[in-house]
Formats: sequence, structure tokens, C-alpha cells
Amino acid sequence: MIRILFTIIAGVLLGGVVHLVSVLALPRIATQDAYSRLTPITKLNAVTQIPPADPGNTLMPYLDPALAVAVCRYDLSTGPIKLSVPVSQAYTSVSFYTRNELAYYAINDRSAGKKVIELDLMTEAQHNALPEDEDITAADRLIIDSPSTTGLIVLKALAPEPGLMAQAQTSLANSSCQVQVEQPTAKQAEVPLPAPPPAPRGRR
Amino acid sequence: MTTTRGTELGTLTIGAWTARPRIGTTDIDPYSRATITRNGELPIGTGDGIAFTARADDKKKPLDGRCDVVVSGVTPAARFWTLTLYDNKGRLVANSLQRYGFTSEEIVRGADGGFEIHIASRARAGNWLPTGGIERYSLMFRLYDTPVGVATRTKRDAPMPQIATVGCP
Repeated sequence: MIRILFTIIAGVLLGGVVHLVSVLALPRIATQDAYSRLTPITKLNAVTQIPPADPGNTLMPYLDPALAVAVCRYDLSTGPIKLSVPVSQAYTSVSFYTRNELAYYAINDRSAGKKVIELDLMTEAQHNALPEDEDITAADRLIIDSPSTTGLIVLKALAPEPGLMAQAQTSLANSSCQVQVEQPTAKQAEVPLPAPPPAPRGRR
Repeated sequence: MTTTRGTELGTLTIGAWTARPRIGTTDIDPYSRATITRNGELPIGTGDGIAFTARADDKKKPLDGRCDVVVSGVTPAARFWTLTLYDNKGRLVANSLQRYGFTSEEIVRGADGGFEIHIASRARAGNWLPTGGIERYSLMFRLYDTPVGVATRTKRDAPMPQIATVGCP
């Protein structure tokens, strides 16, 4: 009797462990996640338009057919990324996802409050390595910290009716997403870094 | 099973509609994360909007593409909304009009500002959303630039439209 009970309890425990492990591991082992699906059709650190949602388009499920969508698949290992998205006539938004599709930030045209949504995306380490004076002059530019080195930036523009889809796509086509070209200044920043060690301490 | 169907964790249900407000934040629950990565979706970020799904009408009758279904009434505060019809795998349903949904900007409204969307396999007057006659479908109601989100609890904060099956052949 006690042996049967023990077997049942062991079975339930094992089942519970398998359940938990598979649920928690799935985001890391899934091969058909959005990032993997977008990898073959998108360029790295550049804006790529996604074909409009349509019954024959099985790229991703549950796409909103009323929105033009473009994706910038990013890799911050070579430096921070500068993103610039002109605001379309209807509605424009920018959403950020980690490599494992965690939505960590999203902003729309109204909350950006400008004609062009301009953002700098960098890792926390790159943010900390920014020269201090640059941080002050950066008051009007939005810096986003990415929790992962790679990920996705999704740009959306509304087509209020199907006939305006081309217009929404054109608006997104004018956006840019690229590794910051100020590579020389980045190198300069790297060289004096060991010299003033109090700098990072002062900022934190 | 939980990863394909989802669970009741952290859900917001208003009438026939269900949303998971935390799905667009870093506080997302592990089950939703597993569902999203498994299905290859990208959730709407909270700063962008929120998505409500309905698979049944107000009387809990599953949405049937062969029946006449009417979506009507009021919508929560938002800059705009979209209503889209999907099959069970999240794909759009082919039809000759290439009409897969409506946006709040294009909808034909009555004199009082209210609207009615007729979801049916055959053409209907006004806002007709074709089903292609498929047996089961789901509706997704997305609000963009909206105060509805993690803090929303009740129907008073987010009055959602009604879904009624008005006739089946």
C-alpha cells in the first residue's frame, strides 16, 4: 500500500518537474519563434518591410492587417543603434523585443511628441560607457537599454482603410536603423576609460 | 496543451472578450511566454496597445462562420481600434473582398455614433466581415494608444462591444 502511494507521489512530482522545466525552457528552445521566423527575411541592423498580413502569408500568426509593419533585427555587439522613424499621418509606434520575444519597451508617435521618433538603443554596458557630457547633451534624445544584445524592433504604421496601406508602408520605408557611425568617438571614449575610474562611480 | 491554448493566469475578461495585459510587459507570465514563442507571435507592447480575443459570443456559443454574428455597442477609450477575424491558427480567412477586419476609422456608423459589424458568410448591408463559411473562428479586438491595460479591472474601465449570434442556417 505504502509502496503504491509512494509511486503515485513520485509520479506526480516528476510530472510537475517536467511541466515546469518545459514551460520555463520553451522560450529558449523554441525554433519557430518570431525571431527565428523573421531571421531569413530580414537584414541585420537595417529596416526591412514585412509583407502585409494576408491569408497566404503564414509568416507569423495574428498579424494586424490594418498596420504596415517593418522590422529591424538588431545586434548591439558592434555598437549602439540609432533608430529614426518618421511619424505617419495616422499612427506610428515602435516596439522593442528581446531575442526571446519579451516586449520590454514600446512608444507611439503621440508619446514621442515629435515628427520623427528618434531613439538610441544600447546595452546597459554601452549606456554606462557613455561619456558623461554626452549624457547631458542627450537630454532630448531618448536612450533605451536593451536587456539582450540581440532582438527585434518592430515599427508599425496604421492604414486607416485598406487603400491607405501603400502610404503607411512608404512612411515606414523612410525610417532607418543602423549602428552608430561615430565609431571614432566611441574609440576615443574607450581609450581614456581606464584613466578616470571615478566617472562610472559618480554616475551610479 | 497549456502552451497552445493558454491559461487563465493574469487575464482580463470583459463580456466575451479576454485580454492578457501583462503580455506586453516584462512581467509576462511563463505560460504566456511559452505560448508566444511556440506560436511565433509578437505580443503588442503595452505602450502600443492591447489585444482582446473572443472565441464565443456573449452567451458562450462558439463563433461559427456559417452563422450570422453581430458585433455592436461601445468601445473603450483609444486613439483607434481594429477588429480582425482569424481562423484557429491565427491566419486571415481568404475572401473575394479581401476584407479581413475593420478599423474604427473606416467603419460605417449610425446617426448616434454606434456601429454594427455583421459577420457572416454571405454579403450583408453595412459593415460586412466575411467568414468564408469556416466552422470556427476567433475575433481579435485591438486598442491602440489606450489607457486600457494592466490597471484595468472592470467593464466600467473598458466597455467592450457585444457579440450576438442572431441566426444560424
